[in-house]
Amino acid sequence: MTDPSLHPAAEAAAARPRTLFDKIWDAHTVKTLEDGRDLLFVDRHILQETTSAQAFENLARAGRKVRHPDLTVATQDHIVSTRPGRDEDTNPGGRELLGLMRTNTAANGIRHFGVDDPRQGIVHVMGPETGFALPGCLLTCGDSHTSTVGGLGAVGLGVGTSEVEHVLATQTLAMARPLTMRVTFNGVPGPGVSAKDLILHMIGELGFASGRGCAVEYAGPAIRALPVEGRLTVCNMSIEFGARLGLIAPDEATIDYVRGREFAPTGGAFDRAVAEWLRLHSDSDARFGRDFTIDCWRIAPQVTWGTSPQDVAGVDKAVPDPARFADAKRRELAAAALRYMGLEPGMPLEGIPIDVAFIGSCTNARLSDLIAAAAVARGRKVAPNVRALVVPGSMSVKRDAEALGLHRVFLDAGFEWRDAGCSMCVSINEDVVPPGARCMATSNRNFENRQGPRSRTHLASPAMVAAAAIRGRITDVRKETAA
Amino acid sequence: MRTPLSTVSGVLAVLPETNVNTDAIIPSAWLRTAKADLARGLFGARRFDEDGRERPGFVLNQGPFRTAKFLLSGENFGCGSSREAAVWALAQFGIRCVFAPSFADIFYENAFRNGVLAGIVDEATGAALAAAVERHCDAPDFTVDLPAGVIVDPDGHRHAFTVPPHRAAALIRGDDDIDLTLRHLDDIDGYFSAAKRDRDWLYTPTTDTRRQTP
Repeated sequence: MTDPSLHPAAEAAAARPRTLFDKIWDAHTVKTLEDGRDLLFVDRHILQETTSAQAFENLARAGRKVRHPDLTVATQDHIVSTRPGRDEDTNPGGRELLGLMRTNTAANGIRHFGVDDPRQGIVHVMGPETGFALPGCLLTCGDSHTSTVGGLGAVGLGVGTSEVEHVLATQTLAMARPLTMRVTFNGVPGPGVSAKDLILHMIGELGFASGRGCAVEYAGPAIRALPVEGRLTVCNMSIEFGARLGLIAPDEATIDYVRGREFAPTGGAFDRAVAEWLRLHSDSDARFGRDFTIDCWRIAPQVTWGTSPQDVAGVDKAVPDPARFADAKRRELAAAALRYMGLEPGMPLEGIPIDVAFIGSCTNARLSDLIAAAAVARGRKVAPNVRALVVPGSMSVKRDAEALGLHRVFLDAGFEWRDAGCSMCVSINEDVVPPGARCMATSNRNFENRQGPRSRTHLASPAMVAAAAIRGRITDVRKETAA
Repeated sequence: MRTPLSTVSGVLAVLPETNVNTDAIIPSAWLRTAKADLARGLFGARRFDEDGRERPGFVLNQGPFRTAKFLLSGENFGCGSSREAAVWALAQFGIRCVFAPSFADIFYENAFRNGVLAGIVDEATGAALAAAVERHCDAPDFTVDLPAGVIVDPDGHRHAFTVPPHRAAALIRGDDDIDLTLRHLDDIDGYFSAAKRDRDWLYTPTTDTRRQTP
């Protein structure tokens, strides 16, 4: 900010070293409320159809208006059909919520990138790729993976429907300031190890609830070396260890990523933005409430074996014996997870047969993810009895992939090549894993029943899921690429 | 105004599990319409089999717990998806207060926004409450006294829970958060005017429609 007097919190804070998170938070603090929470200005707000209908209904009932329609965009992603050429009616079960998204946005003057718009896509894919999400902004969305935009160096806050309504009515959010946490990723990951593997491994190391109440900064050479899409993947999974948000300092790669996007600033405004973005990093002497280090040298491609993202191991390992966890609760959880997953302790992860392969979701359905999956699938066939789907994160990703001919690679191999949406990550639409079936997925949650009743989910990277689709079983992708 | 919450009496049900996620509290199948019967969907996959029959082993299908007003559970309650329907389902079922050693951040916020108390109890208190339910499983009637910050068990023993004072006060008054924020409208508008000037790069792209594809 050029005028710190506007922001008392920023002024008070200017004297002490600050983290990246502090700088963005302070710049968005309208005031500190009597109860200690900060009232934050929300620069960008994204709506999706399954968490906004009630918000509009309540607004109308209270006779309130949307305060800044220009600062909100909406899309249809959760319940929309992903069948190629779909429209709002293709999944009859989605008509009501899709229709409400369209009519509510029209009535309130909000841009709507619905199924008939070329920009339609998963909220956390569409936001960055349209330039609607920008470094240094504060963005909210009624979805827990909103931290994804932290990959650009933005503060992304996932909220419930009441807070969606609050943002629509006031363009602010009242929130207690999170604690700070940093995870430094040192070393150079080996071949076949992607952003997804780094974050899954980290969650396994630190634990499922280790980030609760925290704003987490991901730092270190292995993070710095990630392309922006990989950074979005890392930040996307912040909620999977309970963090309030995750973010990565913007750099030249970020600036190159943002330049030229539809809602990115242009000309002199872009230059002013860049000057500000390059100041968005933690001061060298800034202190974090919690500080962790992850060594990336020895991380293998990861795959989950249980029903929580912390139940994860290298693909070259075996299903763990619950009795060997030191903590009694963890023993109980692991035993229950293995019962649900139909796995035995000591069974090698590699070789577990799968029924479904899902490449998609806000975690791993960007162009680089599809390129990585296609590199494994090229010239090969999906195993018999495996249903394999590729669901691009947005229609823009789909067009870009088709320009590279990736659709031919997938279709020739026997993958379904679908339209954009959340699909089998959340299974609110018709893309459901059959009861008892085992799905290898690039998504973010392996909870019981997440992909459908009694569905069994193994989370992994796009290349790992492609390899499993081809072999019909969990496979170490490093061997595939070597062969 | 939300329905104020102050002192409530009713049945306490115990779900002795950690990491109860919002997909479990309300499965996605119940999110497909704005008019779903969320009370029935509460813990849907746990309470009912695939043919819609009750699973007798689940606590909310048992005797007095069918009308539970309070729920006691383990660490990290409400983790995962931000779906506020998890809180709506609890509230529509009749649950007014949830107690756990810790809550996931988004669930915690959603609870208070809907007039549902998310009270923190330490492990020992949780164990004492569970034991009291065990002793009185035919009539596990408890009273939650929010102003006093205690849960009174059927024997009259008082068990403390923690809730930040401002959140307790807001529940007791039945505050509407949007009304409260709108009192700061001058500050919000002042902030935005200055921010538009200082960070034009951030706000003009969304108002300039010329460059945008139709």
